[in-house]
Amino acid sequence: MPSGADDDPGGIDVSTENRDEPLDGHASAAADTPEPLLVLRQATKSFGSVRALEDGSITLYPGEAHALLGENGAGKSTLVKILAGVHQPDAGELIVAGRTLVLNGPAASRAVGISVIYQEPTLFPDLSVAENIFMGRQPLSSFRRIDKVEMRRQAEAVFRRLGVVLDPSRPARGLSVADQQIVEIAKAISFDAKVIVMDEPTAALTSVEVDRLFEVVRALQAESAAVLFVSHRLEEVFALCQRMTIMRDGRFVRTSLIEDESIDSIIRSMVGRDLESLFPKTATVPGDVALSVERLTREGVFTDVSFDVRRGEIVALAGLVGAGRSEIARAIFGIDRHDAGTVRMEGKPLPNGSPLAAMAAGIGFVPEDRRQQGLVMDLGIDHNVALASLSRLSRNGLIHRSDERNLAIDWASRLQLKFGRMKNAVSTLSGGNQQKVVLAKWLARHPSVLIIDEPTRGIDVGTKAEVHRLLDQLVSQGIAVLMISSELPEVLGMADRVLVVHEGRLVGEFARKDADEASIMRAATGQTVGAAA
Amino acid sequence: MLSETTPPQTAASGAVQVPPTRRNPQTNESSWRGLLRWESALVVALAGALIYGHRTTNFWNATNFFYIGLNIGEIAIMALPLTLIVITGEIDLSVASMLGLSSTLLGYLYLHGWPIGFAIVAVLVVGAIGGALNGVLVTRLGLPSIAVTIGTLTLFRGLAEIILGAKSVGKFPATLTKIGVIPIPHTQIAYSVGCFVVLAIIYGVVLHAMPVGRSIFAIGLQPEAAHFSGIRVKRIKLMLYVLSGTVCSFAGVLWTMRFATSRYDAGTGLELNVVAIVLFGGISIFGGRGSIVGVVLATAVMACIQQALTLRNVDAQVRNIVTGVLLLISVVLPNIATGIHRLRERRRLRNRDRLAHRAPDLHQPTTTTTEGQRA
Repeated sequence: MPSGADDDPGGIDVSTENRDEPLDGHASAAADTPEPLLVLRQATKSFGSVRALEDGSITLYPGEAHALLGENGAGKSTLVKILAGVHQPDAGELIVAGRTLVLNGPAASRAVGISVIYQEPTLFPDLSVAENIFMGRQPLSSFRRIDKVEMRRQAEAVFRRLGVVLDPSRPARGLSVADQQIVEIAKAISFDAKVIVMDEPTAALTSVEVDRLFEVVRALQAESAAVLFVSHRLEEVFALCQRMTIMRDGRFVRTSLIEDESIDSIIRSMVGRDLESLFPKTATVPGDVALSVERLTREGVFTDVSFDVRRGEIVALAGLVGAGRSEIARAIFGIDRHDAGTVRMEGKPLPNGSPLAAMAAGIGFVPEDRRQQGLVMDLGIDHNVALASLSRLSRNGLIHRSDERNLAIDWASRLQLKFGRMKNAVSTLSGGNQQKVVLAKWLARHPSVLIIDEPTRGIDVGTKAEVHRLLDQLVSQGIAVLMISSELPEVLGMADRVLVVHEGRLVGEFARKDADEASIMRAATGQTVGAAA
Repeated sequence: MLSETTPPQTAASGAVQVPPTRRNPQTNESSWRGLLRWESALVVALAGALIYGHRTTNFWNATNFFYIGLNIGEIAIMALPLTLIVITGEIDLSVASMLGLSSTLLGYLYLHGWPIGFAIVAVLVVGAIGGALNGVLVTRLGLPSIAVTIGTLTLFRGLAEIILGAKSVGKFPATLTKIGVIPIPHTQIAYSVGCFVVLAIIYGVVLHAMPVGRSIFAIGLQPEAAHFSGIRVKRIKLMLYVLSGTVCSFAGVLWTMRFATSRYDAGTGLELNVVAIVLFGGISIFGGRGSIVGVVLATAVMACIQQALTLRNVDAQVRNIVTGVLLLISVVLPNIATGIHRLRERRRLRNRDRLAHRAPDLHQPTTTTTEGQRA
């Protein structure tokens, strides 16, 4: 393809023709209806300078349950949001029931028969189940009054079709997550949705509830709807789905029949990339224990977490999104209180729930969400760098402005920050440079332990490498680093030890030499309890 | 395809919006301009108010300026702690009721034979307690400050009515009540204005030069980020409410001296004037923006306009309308400004996107994606 072909959308189809074929003719689920319900071809989506989706492609047939698989950050959620009409793709093509469409909002998506069920549905808690289902299009009787009897009857009919028992007139408040999902599905059906997307629906369900959800999915399939099932739980995929699509790094990898796959083959494809030698890791000899976490528990979030981080080593907490990694970090730093256990810095216990005490003991915390937690976006670069060091920059209680500016200028040049003027709000910087400001803010305090949650999320490749080099330097200076990352290559490339968190518990520990993508993924998905060293 | 050798990071680093340092980063002339935009508008408004006053008989003389100050003194004093509270993104509507409660309590204690000095101290303590009540309800129970302080607005006024009923207490020591009506010796400045000036300087230094002031701005702009930076968000808010209660009860003491009586309905409805001054002073109702200078200027503008209108025998209703319009202007104008700014920003982004779509390296080569496909 010549480079000019981007302007010509016709050029895109050529290389993808084979993707929506029903798999070499032996597609079982799609055998009777070869016409696909939904085809998404080569959708791309960027947020600023970050490419979230480079090739989102999927084909759904009526009556199938189709799994969408991939690591964190593989682009699954972006693809789902494109189908939901939440994001508009920058390029690519969406065909629903034979028509090429542009979905410019969630309403448009619903109008063409696509319904998305999220992990935690948001219902109106004080309205009844039936009112939630028919919100905005309630059946009316004379004088445009809402016909409650008819509404209840219709809701019951939908539940019968799904084979569930749920009282339509009870309020939505107090429904379990599973029941809330059922209500959402009922809503989808009442819209005549033909494509139902479930984004990690089972993450918060018990096994009984999962079984019931599967029955509902089968009922949907029997009515020849297509169900797109996004899940990390591979056993569920095998139990429920007929076909699956794997994504990696924002790209389509392959679509195949479930019986042609095994857990191993799927995991290999999810992680299987050549580990770029981007990671400048110098071998260091770990020193004394700096941070020590003993049996830390926050009820319902994480349980009995114990580990040490030594000076001069990077310990990574790996695991799936929602496994409780960030929550552990927040509790260590004192943002959240913990219910049991102790955090020690250099042997001395830290008070529960006090970021100030954690900072005084020498902990720095680069949080996950730099726009909300890491930075005050409307304050200047200098003020943000100084925000955690204000008392040190003060004389007689007054902030010494030239010290403040010099501190910011010093760190800006050390971290090669690209900026216009120090006074500019950090919101004018690119993501990578914003991350450097957060790092500067904490490094300016000369921490002995740096907790860094998603060090390179949403930043460009060049800055990523700079951040990794910086982490390596810090460690060689004897700082202890606790890193949380959802990017396995980063974990493998940077960490001296990898701790794997699954559903709020540490389920595995791997030394650098033993860690590989497949074993971490296996532990993170709860496949095997990794050999806890 | 093969010609597409541009690596992706070129595109990414090209997206860094700000061009490398063109001007010296330490020059801050233009940021001063940005900071003082609203304040300079207020200077113009003050000039306008003075010119308007100039054309009013009896306005341009020293005695009149003494009265201008006398009439706004307590309101101005209460506006200072409220400024800090509004910058953290909260509000305190109970200020005038606290003034009334303090005035009432002072009269009650004095009536029951307390020495006036002790009575004043006791009143200030009660002010601090009342402020702490607001603060605890807002920070520990996480209730919205507008609801809490509307509640305490009624509560404090109700307590005042219970304490004194329809009675009024007078006969305070003349040395004290004189302070309420005479200027500071050798000047034409009312004592309350003197207090305001001293407090304004203290508040200005605290807000604009001390770590806690910086924290207050950070809390108003991004409370979560402030918390993650080790700023004790709740503690600071609580302290600000305690401060507000104390300062308002001090204003209540001044009020009592000025009128030489204490009644339960002292200062009823003044909270609106206080809020009006704060907002007119350029403090964003959404928190995080504004300066003490702006509030001081707004106080002066408001005081001059009100006095000029009074001298011209304009009805109280019309004066209220003027206050209301100023309040609306100060809320609406910045919003329009941000709206325009956003619109411009959106257009700029759209243009950039359009340019980016034309850039050759945006679409990835497609062969790399077929690697995993089934043969």
